[in-house]
Amino acid sequence: MMRVETPFAPTSLGRLNPAAKLIAAAVVMIGLLVTADVVTASIVLGIELGLLPATGVSLSRLARRAWPLPVAAAGVAVANLIASDASAATISAISLRLLAIALPGVLVFASTDAVDFADSLVQQLHAPARFAYGALAAYRLLPMLSTDWDTIHRARRARGIDAGRSPVGTVRLFLSGVYALLVAAIRRGTRLAVAMDSRGFDARRPRSAAREQVVRPVDRWLVAGTVIVVAGANVAAVVAGTWHPVIL
Amino acid sequence: MAAPAVEARGWGWRHAGRRGFAVKDLDLRVEHGERVLLLGASGAGKSTLLWALAGLLRAPDAGDEEGLLLVDGAPAGGRDSASHSPFAHTGLVFQDPSSAIVMGRVGDEVAFGLENRAVPLTEIWPRVSEVLTTVGLRYDLLHPTDRLSGGEQQRLVIADVLALRPAIWLLDEPTANLDPPGAAMVRATLRHVVGESGATLVLVEHRVSELVDLVTRVVVLESGGGVMADGDPRQVFGNPSTCSALRRAGVWLPEAPPGRLAPRRPAGPPVIEAADVTVRYEGAAHPAVDGIDLIAHSGQVLAVTGPNGSGKTTLSLVLASLMRPTSGEVRWRATEGGAHVPPSKPYARWRPRELVRHVGTVFQDPEHQFVAPTVAGELAVGPRRAGQDARTVDARVGELLERLGLGALAAANPYTLSGGEQRRLSAASALAARPQLLVLDEPTFGQDSRTWSELAALLAEERDAGRAVLTVTHDEDLVRALADEEVVLEDGRRVDEDRRDASAPSAPAAPWEIGPGSTPASRPAQAPSRRPSPTATQMPAP
Repeated sequence: MMRVETPFAPTSLGRLNPAAKLIAAAVVMIGLLVTADVVTASIVLGIELGLLPATGVSLSRLARRAWPLPVAAAGVAVANLIASDASAATISAISLRLLAIALPGVLVFASTDAVDFADSLVQQLHAPARFAYGALAAYRLLPMLSTDWDTIHRARRARGIDAGRSPVGTVRLFLSGVYALLVAAIRRGTRLAVAMDSRGFDARRPRSAAREQVVRPVDRWLVAGTVIVVAGANVAAVVAGTWHPVIL
Repeated sequence: MAAPAVEARGWGWRHAGRRGFAVKDLDLRVEHGERVLLLGASGAGKSTLLWALAGLLRAPDAGDEEGLLLVDGAPAGGRDSASHSPFAHTGLVFQDPSSAIVMGRVGDEVAFGLENRAVPLTEIWPRVSEVLTTVGLRYDLLHPTDRLSGGEQQRLVIADVLALRPAIWLLDEPTANLDPPGAAMVRATLRHVVGESGATLVLVEHRVSELVDLVTRVVVLESGGGVMADGDPRQVFGNPSTCSALRRAGVWLPEAPPGRLAPRRPAGPPVIEAADVTVRYEGAAHPAVDGIDLIAHSGQVLAVTGPNGSGKTTLSLVLASLMRPTSGEVRWRATEGGAHVPPSKPYARWRPRELVRHVGTVFQDPEHQFVAPTVAGELAVGPRRAGQDARTVDARVGELLERLGLGALAAANPYTLSGGEQRRLSAASALAARPQLLVLDEPTFGQDSRTWSELAALLAEERDAGRAVLTVTHDEDLVRALADEEVVLEDGRRVDEDRRDASAPSAPAAPWEIGPGSTPASRPAQAPSRRPSPTATQMPAP
């Protein structure tokens, strides 16, 4: 079999199957959504942080992607301290839970190439190819939105159009700019859809896969290990008497 | 006997929501191995026919069909027929490669079509490598597709099609959106790939000389429907009445390039001056524009040329006050002669409504600059923003509509116009507020000969009315016809001065400037006595 190595392959997490990573992240989310307590969240977050060096995702890369997370967690804590009469334990549980749920999600996207992700969605999770590769192609067009936005602004300046001094004018100009951007995006998307169509992309016909996304034992272990950790953390919380169901 | 590659019997197509048919009463038979050049005026339905053959009009709500269109004996419009038959695969190469590329990496891009045809994994990558070698793209399979030049992207699209081994190649103006080196590269690839394969070819191309050596037959579509001429190239281009019809339709025949539209008056005072203008984009290793000095004079056409990525468009944005330079300055020099007194603040900080009185900008893609829902509204934007009263605005709009032959389209939406009409509208709307400086980015890109001549005549007229015209262009014909001065950029630097120093100091800039020489004073003697008209720029057929 021939395999094209993607730019993410060198990281150890990058070598794992994207679908397995996605499932593991979902397991963490479900396991932490059922309870709001300090013990479960602390155990899961502690293990996540402990395993961080093993993921191969560099701290600088993580910081670039995940910096809003601690900010949001701190924001949630501060807002609750000021505005609600919740106990300090509940507040720290909410903040820790937010971090523990979000961190795996960030790691999945920081360690996965978009093409591998789409391949794996189709091959392992049986997502429709039209959805997965359509979304992938659209994702590739995203950076062009900022180019289009600049062009729209230049075109307006060139045509003598400005907001004037009133705030209403500023809002109207912004909204019409957004509308123009939307029109540009739809036109681009339509052209791309035609190009895909002309190359025989058709939901009704079988496709083959150029990049085989394999599921190896280590991927199964990742999912199984995550289930064990999350279940164990819940059990520990029950034993400690802090387990506090929020759903049901 | 085998079915012909393409057969149309009284075929017609009307796009959904349109009143008229794009193609009507078409009878055409193309045998396997024939290589056909499809000609006709814009709107004669050439692209529609290609799209239909490529199976792109199969959606049930795409439009109405009449008659029959068969690809290898099976209906092209059929939902499963033509595209399923292993012998009838068609492959389409679009005009604009950047919107035809689906994937982010070179290897995945070629593999995409093979996956869709359910080619087994073991065959995919060997075939990908093989076709990339054939089209001469020696990049790693992981090379990002958006880092390829336009010519390379088009070769990648050719590789995409080649990988599918189509029996019928469909090419829709494959070089129209490329710069001259890119176009030459793609022509060579097509000669190599299609010319030697024995495959059937249907080619749409405005510039006949580009690829005429690749075809064995020329078919000219009549605008109202049907076929106007059909035969081998020598026969079709040897017929004077066909040739004049083609010329009227905007087809660039293989003949002498348009002549020079020399200025009727010497150049006037400077309008704008760039002093050591440098633009450095964030994160870029080298400046996009590097220390440019230039002066644009009133009554003069200044052409900015150079290869792709040499900073031409960036420079034009700075000169039009649509982007601020990182360092250096653009100064507005015109003090009198215009309808308005220029603002006293620095040029880069003029407010939009001040700018529109003095500068008109024509963007490369006309659609980028449309801001009104109708053609008439579009023309009124500039004058109205410049503060003119309603009666003056109406008079100006009426005048421009008439001059550009857009009167019948006054209420139409600009987005629904043809490419040539959009181009004329974008130029007219930039001129509407009577600016002293006109800045254009590739105004003739991909235009047919008719729009080209109208545009060149318009620019000559504006120049003779005393405006400074500054145009970024790849188009050697345009430089030859109009440019009084040429600024050549390379890697953001001006290199024409070096060239001029190397040649004899008193020699004219180029051999086609017979007469005008380099001093403005000698120009009037050579100027034509009547207004340059589109037809005057064309030579008789060979």
